[in-house]
Amino acid sequence: MTPGLTDALQATILVLVAAGATMVVLVRDRVRQVLALSLYGVVLSVLFLAVQAPDVTLSEMVVGAVVLPLILLLTIRKVRGTR
Amino acid sequence: MTPGQRKRAFLVGAAGLVILLIWAVTGLPGFGAYPGPYGPAITRHAVAQTNATGVVSAINFEYRGFDTVGEEFILVAAVAGMSVVLRRLRGEKEQPAAREELPGGGPATSEAVRVAALALAGPTAVAGWWLATHAQANPSGGFQGGVLLATAFVLVYLSGEVLAFRRISPASVTEAAEALGAGGFAAVGVTAVVLGLPYLDNFLPLGSPGSPGAVTSSGTIALISFLVGVAVAAAFVLVAGELLEQRLLSSGGTTPGKG
Amino acid sequence: MRLTYFPFLVAVWILACGLYGMITSRDLIRQIICLIVVQSSTYVMLVGVGYVTGGIAPYFSDIAGPHATVDPVVQALALTDVVVEAAVTALLASFAIQAHKRFGSLDPQDLAEFKG
Repeated sequence: MTPGLTDALQATILVLVAAGATMVVLVRDRVRQVLALSLYGVVLSVLFLAVQAPDVTLSEMVVGAVVLPLILLLTIRKVRGTR
Repeated sequence: MTPGQRKRAFLVGAAGLVILLIWAVTGLPGFGAYPGPYGPAITRHAVAQTNATGVVSAINFEYRGFDTVGEEFILVAAVAGMSVVLRRLRGEKEQPAAREELPGGGPATSEAVRVAALALAGPTAVAGWWLATHAQANPSGGFQGGVLLATAFVLVYLSGEVLAFRRISPASVTEAAEALGAGGFAAVGVTAVVLGLPYLDNFLPLGSPGSPGAVTSSGTIALISFLVGVAVAAAFVLVAGELLEQRLLSSGGTTPGKG
Repeated sequence: MRLTYFPFLVAVWILACGLYGMITSRDLIRQIICLIVVQSSTYVMLVGVGYVTGGIAPYFSDIAGPHATVDPVVQALALTDVVVEAAVTALLASFAIQAHKRFGSLDPQDLAEFKG
């Protein structure tokens, strides 16, 4: 890939990551925020792939899209009943 | 402090912090102009010295193995702390599964989710196992392989087979597996000391120089990665088990407001 | 158009967003989620610092010989970081569960009044 195209790809993904972080913080409902976090994890792992870090991609994809939403949703289910 | 005052104080502080951070960040050598001598030095010599073609795993388990032992024990401590915090308090008793769930306490999901989870549990386990045992060759390693392996166990729960989940992950076996993984990692280091080498030195035979990346090459890296994978998988299965058990407990005697 | 400081500025932006979310949240679980966002800013920063323009990923199973690679050390740090963060999040979530059980609410401003 030409350097210009790589730059454009990385810039686009960085903008998506910044937008994703803003979105996660601004969502109101708890369960929807967990789903937004899961989507943010996937976008973040694509960023790590675009900067030539496949190991970190694998880690972030598995943790951010599976384990963290699992833990958080189970916790939310347990404390359901307030607010 | 009212919430409005707190938000204003935070915005002032955050503005200062962000200005300082931007000033710090613009003093860096720019994205893509990494000058450091450590990284290129390692990539030049890693394959020759350790016979491992996955340089990141070689760093994790050999060059900076001591840091990884520390991180491993953070993991063990966090899970142990979780087990302690979520212990059964005085007066809590297990209540039968709520009306909207399956008998036995499984989640009430659609058939599609159950079938998909059941179909994917096996391949996920195989993929996790492959990742955990091939650290020296590819972008794999004990940490991500272990988490994927734990995911396979959770998929069994999601597919409605709660009894099967309880049977394949009894607490005693999972705790023993986690201890085995973490303790095994430390024991590999201690074995090196016993043999007269520095802690965590690579003392197993390195395999023939013409086949880097094979499973038996690279000495202790493959072994440590496998142990880390077992420990991490057991840790996350324990986490999932603790949280799933919590759903069935109800509080009977604790008084809110007392410490 | 070169991207000289853009990734680092994005990391600072993510940090600021996460901090704002933590301060203005009325719920322990929202605070945990915003803490995860703050931690992700450090991963972006780490991996961004190690990038070398034109470098390849540091794996030599199909490419022989020395090549200009991106820095593998920061990748090793980021990768163990991600997994350990998940375990620490689990511990924090268990604190939230116990706080709810004992005090009946998850609002950090209510919880600040309980002593002991």
